[in-house]
Amino acid sequence: MKKYRKVISALVAGVMTASMLAGCGSSADNSQTATTEQAEGEQAAADTLTFKIGAIGPLTGGAAAYGNAVCNAAELAVSEINANGGINGYQVEYSKEDDELNAEKSVNAYNTLKDWGMQFLVGSTTSACSIAVSEYTKNDNMFQLTPSGSAVDCVKYDNVFRVCFSDPNQGIASAQYISDHNLATKVGIIYDSSDVYSNGIYQKFTEESAGKNYEIVSAEAFTQDNNTDFSVQLQKAKDAGADLVFLPIYYKDASLILTQANTMGYSPVFFGVDGMDGILTVDNFDTALAEGVMLLTPFAADATDDLTVNFVSQYQAKYGEVPNQFAADAYDAVYIIKQAIEAKNLTPDMSVSDLCESMKTAMTEIEATGLTSSKMTWEASGEPNKEPKAVVIQNGAYVSAQ
Amino acid sequence: MSFLTYLISGLSLGSIYAIIALGYTMVYGIAKMLNFAHGDFIMVGCYIIFSVTGALSGNSAIGIIAAIVLCTLLGITTEFVAYRPLRGAASPLAVLITAIGVSYFLENVALLIFGADIKSFSSVIKWEGFTLADGQLRIQGVTIVTILVSVVVLVVLQLFIKKTKQGQAMLAASEDKGAAALMGINVNRTIMLTFAIGSALAAIAGALLCSAYPSLSPYTGAMPGIKAFVAAVLGGIGSIPGAMIGGLMLGIIEILSKTYISSQLSDAIVFGILVIVLLVKPTGILGKVIQEKV
Repeated sequence: MKKYRKVISALVAGVMTASMLAGCGSSADNSQTATTEQAEGEQAAADTLTFKIGAIGPLTGGAAAYGNAVCNAAELAVSEINANGGINGYQVEYSKEDDELNAEKSVNAYNTLKDWGMQFLVGSTTSACSIAVSEYTKNDNMFQLTPSGSAVDCVKYDNVFRVCFSDPNQGIASAQYISDHNLATKVGIIYDSSDVYSNGIYQKFTEESAGKNYEIVSAEAFTQDNNTDFSVQLQKAKDAGADLVFLPIYYKDASLILTQANTMGYSPVFFGVDGMDGILTVDNFDTALAEGVMLLTPFAADATDDLTVNFVSQYQAKYGEVPNQFAADAYDAVYIIKQAIEAKNLTPDMSVSDLCESMKTAMTEIEATGLTSSKMTWEASGEPNKEPKAVVIQNGAYVSAQ
Repeated sequence: MSFLTYLISGLSLGSIYAIIALGYTMVYGIAKMLNFAHGDFIMVGCYIIFSVTGALSGNSAIGIIAAIVLCTLLGITTEFVAYRPLRGAASPLAVLITAIGVSYFLENVALLIFGADIKSFSSVIKWEGFTLADGQLRIQGVTIVTILVSVVVLVVLQLFIKKTKQGQAMLAASEDKGAAALMGINVNRTIMLTFAIGSALAAIAGALLCSAYPSLSPYTGAMPGIKAFVAAVLGGIGSIPGAMIGGLMLGIIEILSKTYISSQLSDAIVFGILVIVLLVKPTGILGKVIQEKV
């Protein structure tokens, strides 16, 4: 996901220093079973043993909104877990590091966390940083679960898994969603052929659409050198009778498409992917134009299930803002790690590498429930399988699509 | 019927290219330099209109006037600081490279001030245009205004150059700077005036560009600027009516090739046609007659 430069309060910069969660490392209960096979030499007294989870994200700079969401939500999940008795009876310590959206700094952040004693990494938040860090987690054989690194290469090593859909897999998920919810009979596509992200989603979408209950009637491209006039692409979709236009593109171009569609009096359902997230934040944009636009996103803060309601209220109480999809992904990531640890009955005294080996198998066996899906499973490749979710824009806000 | 729809789309895009190309060709015709920063003057103009209009809660007329004034000052300053000292340089490339530098400079300053996030521009043309053939054909107000403004600019420029003393001085300076200076023409002042007019045109073009395609970012002017440059070359660079014709042609060719050939290859086709035109007629469509030069 490469959506940078959300406007972010400069205040954030001062506040964010790596800090440990208060209250950690305290009284784990003494009834631990001593089934340790490979106790490490430096092992401390059994009653102070803790699992150590680290998180990395851009806490300052243009993408700080993403990094803070990830690190805050992970922190929230860890404190909940500790309050409920920890994982397998062990408390969890948590630490976060800033990478400023810079791959090199992300690696430095990883090394800092490793020195601290991290056993599981939730991160990095963004794709390029996550890929850079995975070169090192691979060497150290440390378990890495990126909440939101969506580039294909993020999970190229077997020790790395992800919570979000990969970029191209959003194409598959979109096709399934449109088909499952009978959103359209004729679909038009407008995509950016000069962009890997957009092109990848477009291709997967087209492949997945074969045999679905709708038909693709137009597929028109544009390039970054030719992204001002979309009248032809829209007119072709209109002439072909498309009642849904799939836009696997970023909101920058999408905002122009919506404006031009409105000018020509064409109003199909517009369906976007995560790149569409941000359309409502465009300065001076008439949000009425985005009314009814749907987008594939793993999380809607207004959903009414208990898990979401609880998460949103806790998050709001603690950090004073409504959590976004990054927060939801990270919150799930911590609970997924917990579930995998419990599935294999792991203990904190195992070596990082042994933990990782067990986690790799555990990940392919567990079926997790979380904010972003009620049923998630993983391939050994690191890709998640889960039911796609979407939101629709109503009155200038995201509402869960039904 | 659908052909007519696409033709109107082409006309609408072409009219934007045309008005940008007018500024390009005007500066080239007189100063004999390609002001590659022209597209970025347009972007600056758009940001001024956006900011002033926003501050005055929607009064776009004052925004446009502010943009024209400030862009003119920007043009004069740029000419004085960046181009004039290099006018005597041994290679004409020096000014060209400086213009590219100015272009990057302006883009990055805008990036610093306004950030990379796009802003949605409120159209300065409130008129919606009219529909024909029972609503099947729709001509946007901004398209009509753009074409009218282009024609007015074209006529006024022609009159200015042919009928006024300053215009004659420009013509003289464009043909031979040395001889013009000997005739008592202040060449530096004449070229500065050219830049002032060119930059004012950029501000007007910016208002129309962003009204037609209301997404504003620091790179808004870059690609339309290059396309307009192509339009100016197609029409015959230095020729004012040529810029108009070149712009309209380019827009129509682009839209029609998107429609009937390939939406991905349209740029390749547009530039391919440019190559063919230049092979057949190296001076562009109207570039041959020397008197046509401004």
